[in-house]
Amino acid sequence: MKRFAFIGALTAATFAAGFASAGTLDDVKAKGFLQCGVATGVVGFATADANGRWDGFDVSVCRAVAAAIFGDGDAVKFTPLSSKNRFTALSSGEVDMLARNTTWTFSRDVELKFNFVGVNYYDGQGFMVPKALGVTSAKDLDGATVCIQTGTTTELNLADFFRKNGISYEPVPIETNNEAIQQYIAGACDAYTTDASGLASARATFENPKDHIILPEIVSKEPLGPLVRHGDDQWMDVVRWTLNALIEAEEYGVTSANLAELAKGTDNPEINRLLGTEGNLGEMLGLSADWAQKAIAVGGNYAEIFERNIGENTPIGLSRGLNAQWTDGGLLYSPPFR
Amino acid sequence: MKTESYVRTEMLGEKSPPATTVGLIGWVRENLFNGWFNSILSVLSALALFFVLEDILPWIWRGTWTGTSLQNCREVIQATYGEGVTAACWSVIGDRYHQLLFGFYPSELYWRPILAFVGLLVALSPVLFTSMPRKFLWFSAVYPFLCFWLLWGGSVWLPLSALAGFVLGYLAFGSVGKAAGNLAAVIAAILVPVLWWLFLAGNVASGLESFIPLELQHVESAKFGGFMLSVTIGVTGIALSLPIGILLALGRQSDLLILKSMCVGFIEFIRGVPLITLLFVASTLLNIFLPPGTQFDIILRVIIMVTLFASAYMAEVIRGGLAALPKGQYEAADSLGLDYWQAQRLIIMPQALKISIPSIVSTFIGLFKDTTLVSIIALLDPIGMSNTIRSDTDWNGIVWELYGFTAMIFFIFCFSMSRYSMYLERKLQTGHR
Repeated sequence: MKRFAFIGALTAATFAAGFASAGTLDDVKAKGFLQCGVATGVVGFATADANGRWDGFDVSVCRAVAAAIFGDGDAVKFTPLSSKNRFTALSSGEVDMLARNTTWTFSRDVELKFNFVGVNYYDGQGFMVPKALGVTSAKDLDGATVCIQTGTTTELNLADFFRKNGISYEPVPIETNNEAIQQYIAGACDAYTTDASGLASARATFENPKDHIILPEIVSKEPLGPLVRHGDDQWMDVVRWTLNALIEAEEYGVTSANLAELAKGTDNPEINRLLGTEGNLGEMLGLSADWAQKAIAVGGNYAEIFERNIGENTPIGLSRGLNAQWTDGGLLYSPPFR
Repeated sequence: MKTESYVRTEMLGEKSPPATTVGLIGWVRENLFNGWFNSILSVLSALALFFVLEDILPWIWRGTWTGTSLQNCREVIQATYGEGVTAACWSVIGDRYHQLLFGFYPSELYWRPILAFVGLLVALSPVLFTSMPRKFLWFSAVYPFLCFWLLWGGSVWLPLSALAGFVLGYLAFGSVGKAAGNLAAVIAAILVPVLWWLFLAGNVASGLESFIPLELQHVESAKFGGFMLSVTIGVTGIALSLPIGILLALGRQSDLLILKSMCVGFIEFIRGVPLITLLFVASTLLNIFLPPGTQFDIILRVIIMVTLFASAYMAEVIRGGLAALPKGQYEAADSLGLDYWQAQRLIIMPQALKISIPSIVSTFIGLFKDTTLVSIIALLDPIGMSNTIRSDTDWNGIVWELYGFTAMIFFIFCFSMSRYSMYLERKLQTGHR
């Protein structure tokens, strides 16, 4: 009984940490670090190395935001979150922002009261089959058994796709992604379905990746992006325009290599405004004038982040596809910095 | 006249028993091949064992410790054993064992959890083995505070002022007890520490801190992970659930209506709810109930929930022990003129606990293994950590090696617990059964 009271005392002590009052940006500045929610581990998107340092495609967004505010990409603490507790963690204020492979959907945006600040990866659900099956299109999968992770949007998309095309299938519901892959390798199902980026990274780990093909059909839209709570538009702007700055930097050819040189001033007013040598965009956000420089300096522009974490030279080997700039036929399109 | 004796007068030397009944052969005949049915079963079992081990053992011992990634491991193995051979890639353990053990705890501070673990063994020794010097019990009493300080760091005065609360409670119990009787002493022993913790402890701690700063580098709970997290949750849950469980079991048997219904309600509610639900309450629901921005340590929340859960089960296990005692024991205690607590302490509990040892230990083992459920609420226990390790492109796709390592360490912990319980049962055996 006494020990129980001890825990109560500890609780009281930990409660005393104080209440959020001002805007999120002020809170973050006062804390001195950004608290960012990430996945517990998704290949290429959020990983921890042997020293416990987080890195990855989603993590880079957190680091860029931290750098935009503090000029230091390490002024960020990461909270690993599962797909089940990510939303409560964000809405309760446990994290300041979430960058965790989260699909932007109507109900998450409206009903759960979040603001998606943009899209950092356009994904879509695909299928993987063994080459030996002799299938070249998902429409040939009539009567196939399909391994699928339960409780995800992929399960619903799968049902929609097969119903729309009037073909039958047999789902093999499996709890976790790893287990599903093991089942697929063991031949428990003919096809495995999840987001195309997940298929690519899973295939890269197989003993014989060439024995498996990813079918061309993409059966759903999965725009993944960072998100923040409703109710603090200034903070939303900070995260949104940091992401846009990374995309804009790629469009105008600003890289971590030539950043210092370009920051001295160029003939292109758009670059000058982005890097803060012209205009007062940083001030409008409540940040320093060179906020975007710092954000780009920490991990490079969008293309550099992409290539380093999930690009074609990594074991995951994703091509840009939809995630190319609009000038290259992709969907990335940053509103002007003006 | 000499009568011929037809009885042999001299002893024959002892002959060794037939070769088929002694030694290895005898044992095999006795245990494996006595009768045709058992012989068939033995052969079948041996075959089954062979087929299982035939694949597993080479996989284990052919495994490589030198690969730098899963791909590299496969190349090394193929180069050594030829095309098509699969074997374990143990290098993932070599590369990441520290994360499986300590999570993201700063590596230059590993000595702190290690010291805390050694301290745990020392603190447990007088509790577990009566042959240890009794003076060690003092260390056991102080240990929880020391452990808290070592693991989380921060000012030494926080745990010390918490400890001071217990000392104050003890002093209050003694002084008020002499002056105003038993009940008042119990009330004072609860009230004084609570008041101390609520109003004074924090100020005194920060005051002393500014006077004599003595602190370790603070490590936040988010850095905890791996077996360190499992052991922290498990050991705290185990240590707290036994006393709380005893009180609940006594409360459930009590004649006081309100106390009894509260205990029954608590036990039945907790036992009617799965642990994972309680963990979700701790991780998500509390976030919604508490005021926004409240920082209520997630590990503390989980420990509280796990302790409540284990206490309810412990209460039922101990109630079983109490029910197994013959009524004569209670009556004997009454007829000796012992009051309620004396009877419990001297007669009832020692016997009831002894009866319950196997069930208590299996509850402990279950609790310890249940700590892996925290991976579902995204705490990085060994299971959650293995997922994080797998997200590294080097080790993506490695499953069995990580789970195997985790299973082995869990086995060591759980097996030692169960061996200890057998030792304790033998030691306390007084011939009732």
